[in-house]
Amino acid sequence: MSSSVSSSASALLTRDAVASRLKSRYRAENRFRFACASALVVGGLFLAVLFTSIISQGYTAFTQHFVGLEVYFDPDVIDPAGNRDREVLASANYNAIVRDSMKRQFPDVTGRTETRKLTGLVSNSAPYELQSLVETNPAIIGTTETVWVPASDDIDMLLKGKISRGGAEETRRVSDNEIAWIDTLEKSGLVDRRFNKRFFTAGDSREPELAGIWGAVVGSAYTMLVCLALSFPLGIAAAIYLEEFAPKNRLTDLIEVNINNLAAVPSIVYGLLGLAVFLNFFTMPRSAPLVGGIVLSLMTLPRIIIPARAAMQSIPPSIEEAAYGLGASPMQVMFHHILPLSLPGILTGTIIGMAQALGETAPLLMIGMVAFIVDVPASIFDPATVLPVQVYLWADSTELAFVEKNSAAIMVLLAFLIVMNLAAVIIRRKTERKW
Amino acid sequence: MSTVSSESTLQDRPLDSALDPALNPPIDDPLLEIEGLSLWYGDAQALRNISMKIPKNQITAYIGPSGCGKSTLLRCINRLNDLIPIVRTEGDIRFEGESILDPSFDTNLLRKRVGMVFQKSNPFPKTIYENVVYGLRLQGISQKSVLDEVVEKSLKGAALWDEVKDRLQERALGLSGGQQQRLCIARAIAVEPEVILYDEPCSALDPISTNKIEELMLELKKDYTQVIVTHNMQQASRISDLTAFMYLGDLIEYGKTDELFIRPQKEQTEAYITGRFG
Ligand SMILES: Nc1ncnc2c1ncn2[C@@H]1O[C@H](COP(=O)(O)OP(=O)(O)OP(=O)(O)O)[C@@H](O)[C@H]1O
Ligand SMILES: [Mg+2]
Repeated sequence: MSSSVSSSASALLTRDAVASRLKSRYRAENRFRFACASALVVGGLFLAVLFTSIISQGYTAFTQHFVGLEVYFDPDVIDPAGNRDREVLASANYNAIVRDSMKRQFPDVTGRTETRKLTGLVSNSAPYELQSLVETNPAIIGTTETVWVPASDDIDMLLKGKISRGGAEETRRVSDNEIAWIDTLEKSGLVDRRFNKRFFTAGDSREPELAGIWGAVVGSAYTMLVCLALSFPLGIAAAIYLEEFAPKNRLTDLIEVNINNLAAVPSIVYGLLGLAVFLNFFTMPRSAPLVGGIVLSLMTLPRIIIPARAAMQSIPPSIEEAAYGLGASPMQVMFHHILPLSLPGILTGTIIGMAQALGETAPLLMIGMVAFIVDVPASIFDPATVLPVQVYLWADSTELAFVEKNSAAIMVLLAFLIVMNLAAVIIRRKTERKW
Repeated sequence: MSTVSSESTLQDRPLDSALDPALNPPIDDPLLEIEGLSLWYGDAQALRNISMKIPKNQITAYIGPSGCGKSTLLRCINRLNDLIPIVRTEGDIRFEGESILDPSFDTNLLRKRVGMVFQKSNPFPKTIYENVVYGLRLQGISQKSVLDEVVEKSLKGAALWDEVKDRLQERALGLSGGQQQRLCIARAIAVEPEVILYDEPCSALDPISTNKIEELMLELKKDYTQVIVTHNMQQASRISDLTAFMYLGDLIEYGKTDELFIRPQKEQTEAYITGRFG
């Protein structure tokens, strides 16, 4: 019996039989490798599509079209009395000045509607810019200057080719007249495409050509600061306690399970908690980075504790034993050895936790950081918004020009995230240690 | 609690063992006296009622098959087992008459007096200099002149000075395995302990490094009481004055090294040293 089994086995194990089966084994191996590689390619493809769509839509937002106005700072309009009274200068009718300078370019244009369309070529921030020019330098009154003001968002879109010139006029956002005017201006060198500084220095605005992300960047920075200031020390202290001092019993097991659970709680739940506890019960200010930071730190805490503990556990116990063997106290062991040696791991965990917090939107919606806020926040108590919420707000807007702003804001957010994750990778690389 | 029967044997044994000549070599000058020591990891007993005296300025070796409790016993002497929460001990160890297992006995002080060298060399990932002075720094000693002096003295004491005197500020992990182990010995003797415990200090070393460490141990005899766990019976017979053979948590035989290796009194000892088991 047994001999027949072994003889049939050895028939299967002759060199030729093995070689022929080897071929099919290699084929299976190749198929498997191909499947894995194609999975990678598909993933990479999705990423490439995402990035190209964002970048191709967004890069135009970094430049903006300006229109040069030949402005005559008419003393009769600005300061008829001629005594340069600040109040008078501030309340003068600068709209009329913008209108007049446009009309001087196009004397044929008549009628209220047409005139309004003509002045609508430039952003309605133009009168304010003239006002601030006059207020900073009253001597300008009575002179004529070329002042560059932003084009209105539709004109900007037209010039960037995002609004088509073809098709029936009624279905277009820009009329034939407007196209003709702006083409004339362009021919006479009064249209210029410039770097969009305002996008990086201004807060939000209802007017797309005036909107910037600086308010959201500062809001994000304040929020992250609060989040870091709370979650970093608390997270490390908790990790140290659990790792080195906590007795191993039911209670600490329970705590451990719950920390892992906390990391998995949907973030909007933290937002609801923040709404109920910090806003309604403690009556903290709405929309403030303070509350946003606290809520995000609740979310970040387990994401710091878990990698910090993992980093501490990865330190060989022989180091600890050596220190204890020389008479070190638990605190000395902690501060001389465990903490310094696990710091790279703790830092990478923290940076990745912060990057996640930076991209978080849902909990902040719950505590009112979704409001429309024009001013750049000056402290953690001021109403603010953050980058991902700004993206959300602009995505909600109907203005065509916000689409490119939105993609540009996403690019800025991604740039921050990539830098942070890169920093984490570099720290990990640099401090990789062999025992 | 769980083992009623073993309790009765526990009570019988001290009488037996106190009289058993195979367990009581003549010792004039004991520094450490272990008495009725039992130890449990959770429910598993690792040491069973061990009693022995360890003489001053001599080398005592523990031998026995893997898992018999040698390391556990060694780590009782500096109470390193305290770090393992599930450990429970009974019995007593007296160090110059003082009971060191008493919870009120300060472990930091004890570990200053009882240094330890581990199986796997474990220098800190710091400079050679900082490794040697670490024990002093723990005690708040930081005058440079004192530290410099101790570094030289300890490294000379560990027969390492000539090899590293020009690179004290380099990382200790750059040393060879044998040098690292001697550095660990230097680190241990820097705080001037009275006892040095070695847990298989040479098991990861080549014969030349092993030889150096053995010579070093013989050199250190005049100042220190040394206890060594080893798997290498030649090593035990070469360097130790007394040898204890352990088996499954029991101390089977304890006597003068020459006598134990030449004329073991217990069958199990003979079987082990002749290589018939273990
Ligand atoms: N931390 C621990 N937790 C639970 N049991 C342990 C622990 N350390 C050791 N033991 C057990 O105690 C017994 C004695 O172990 P010990 O390490 O003292 O043996 P040893 O004689 O040093 O062996 P070796 O020669 O292999 O080092 C073994 O059965 C081991 O499984
Ligand atoms: Mg051992």
